[in-house]
Amino acid sequence: MGERSERTSRGGVPGGDLVLTALVKRFGAFVAVDDLSLTVPQGSFFALLGPSGCGKTTTLRMIAGLEEPTAGAIRLGAADITHAKPYKRPVNTVFQNYALFPHLDIFENVAFGLRRRGVRDVAAQVAGALGLVELGHLARRKPPQLSGGQQQRIALARAIVNQPQVLLLDEPLGALDLKLRRQMQLELKRIQTEVGITFVHVTHDQEEAMTMADTVAVMNHGRIEQLGSPVELYESPATTFVANFLGQSNLLAGRVLQRGPMTYVDVSGQVLGVPAQRNRSENDEPLLGVRPEKIRLVHAAPGGPAGHDGRVNRLRGGVVVDASFAGVSTQYLVRMPWGQDLTVFAQNLDVTERFGPGTPADLVWEPAHTFGLTGDATAGADVDDLPLAAGVA
Amino acid sequence: MAVTSLGHSRPGGGRRGPATGFRGRRLTPYLLLAPGLAWLGLFFVVPLLTLVGTSLQTPVTDGNIGDYEQTFRFANYADALQAAQPQFVRSLTYSIAATVLALLIGYPLAYAIAFKAGRLRNILLVLVVAPFFTSFLLRTIAWRQILGEDSPLTASMRWAHLVPDGAAMTASQTAVIAGLTYNFLPFMTLPLYASIERIDPRLLEAGADLYGHPAAVLRRVTLPLSMPGIVSGTLLTFIPAAGDYVNATLLGNPGTTMVGNVIESRFFRFVDYPTAASLSFVLMAAILVLVVVYVRRSGTEDLL
Repeated sequence: MGERSERTSRGGVPGGDLVLTALVKRFGAFVAVDDLSLTVPQGSFFALLGPSGCGKTTTLRMIAGLEEPTAGAIRLGAADITHAKPYKRPVNTVFQNYALFPHLDIFENVAFGLRRRGVRDVAAQVAGALGLVELGHLARRKPPQLSGGQQQRIALARAIVNQPQVLLLDEPLGALDLKLRRQMQLELKRIQTEVGITFVHVTHDQEEAMTMADTVAVMNHGRIEQLGSPVELYESPATTFVANFLGQSNLLAGRVLQRGPMTYVDVSGQVLGVPAQRNRSENDEPLLGVRPEKIRLVHAAPGGPAGHDGRVNRLRGGVVVDASFAGVSTQYLVRMPWGQDLTVFAQNLDVTERFGPGTPADLVWEPAHTFGLTGDATAGADVDDLPLAAGVA
Repeated sequence: MAVTSLGHSRPGGGRRGPATGFRGRRLTPYLLLAPGLAWLGLFFVVPLLTLVGTSLQTPVTDGNIGDYEQTFRFANYADALQAAQPQFVRSLTYSIAATVLALLIGYPLAYAIAFKAGRLRNILLVLVVAPFFTSFLLRTIAWRQILGEDSPLTASMRWAHLVPDGAAMTASQTAVIAGLTYNFLPFMTLPLYASIERIDPRLLEAGADLYGHPAAVLRRVTLPLSMPGIVSGTLLTFIPAAGDYVNATLLGNPGTTMVGNVIESRFFRFVDYPTAASLSFVLMAAILVLVVVYVRRSGTEDLL
């Protein structure tokens, strides 16, 4: 990201970072965005991820100037654009349902921004933008004659042709089917690399955010839960909301026994280890988390040492209650003695090592894959079923 | 023509009745059309032909007043036009002026109701239609009071030196045009509202996002997208206004009579049926030609 932020946009206009400071937006008594501060480095692909109603779209609309912040400031490079009119900001938006002008043809749609600014070589620039999205041959069609994917790309061309300092994308792929969405994800990424404009992408699809963005900010209830690279967010979630919203997590309630380089936690009578720097919980009753694919399912070895044995974490006494085969992997549901069901993804490497329902099994994983959290184990688990389901399936 | 443009869907092409057999299904559309066609034939086509017939009649020689015989005297048209030319010109000017004024008043009104009214929207729509609960004649007569010599409006305008002392605003061209504008304003506002309300507000946001100043967004996005409403609104105002004679009778003076007044007096006072009929026919044809040219030029044939 460091080298990216040095870059300037294609137009040669040094944009600078987009900085939101203590941004608040209230609609009556409802607080949509609550004291939000973040910095989007110039030239980066930034994603605002969260369930519907978390304030991500409101944040985007404030950056676009379509919504007036209740408090706080928005700066773009050296300029304060908090109260600038939308038509005076070097920012363009790709709207959720594209919002193409139905009475204008594709060429005029793309030319709209250029004409309003009185740019000279409209035809050449429009042709360039249509070339970028590979739809030059449709210039004289009207928007309703285009497919959803084509309209999406025209909306992108219409915004990008203005060479904004920041391009805002509001759920741009939401209306496309899965296959087309995949294809457009790659295309968006390619275009972003090509033009070097700062992209701020709003989505509720965690997979979309992770595959495209350099930096992801996970939002919930108008606040940022965690900000970081997709790998950081996934491997070390800071809150239970992030742990549950971004992929799946097994969260185990426990009590701290001993602190040191490794924190030892008692989980229903079995001792598990978590490296101290991966334990974000301050109190003595943390939630221990581990991702389903980090766990190895092994045949129960009765009599052996339970819990952390110095090398690995081992939970004993599980019984497989469900095994669903999904081709590349099998998803197991393992019931623990204290009644909790834990999820395990096992890659189908070895055909012989299959566990049918009813098989007693132990769960083994590296302490380094464990994370410690404070709070409510169910936060974020049920907020938005669709994207989660899509990510799992 | 104007009325169909208000409808959202077209008849025909819908589902067909079940199990009526091939012949039955083929006949269904005609059966459905039959009552309408019969009505149209009986009450539009037949009277229209009678009108054309009447317009070519000549008085019976040595007959009573009001006795006419069927001839084919096309010179009736030339005579009638010559006699009523000033009224014809006035009818067109007044109704065009009233249409333009109604558009200027109705567009901001419809825009405000559609986009800015919030919860008041339905109340405001009812208020637009509310005048229809009172008689057309009474409302027009009320304008005499509004524009009368002692009315607060006239008094304040006189105070502001907008009208000279002692000058009346009733019985004038201004009063007739004001009356026409007022009476047909709902016919302008409602179609405008219907088409503005359908505009996706995100298109206006997209216009602003793409460096469109509010005036540019209005001109490049809102106006073109509300064109169907503008066309049907202007037609619904212009057509009845052109044939109106009530406003000219109640609010005008002998120098502001419109073609409707001439037709009325020829029919009922002079018992000159041929002239009245030929004027009616010419008025209808003139409106038809104007409307067709207008619709063609506004490029909204597909919307009508």
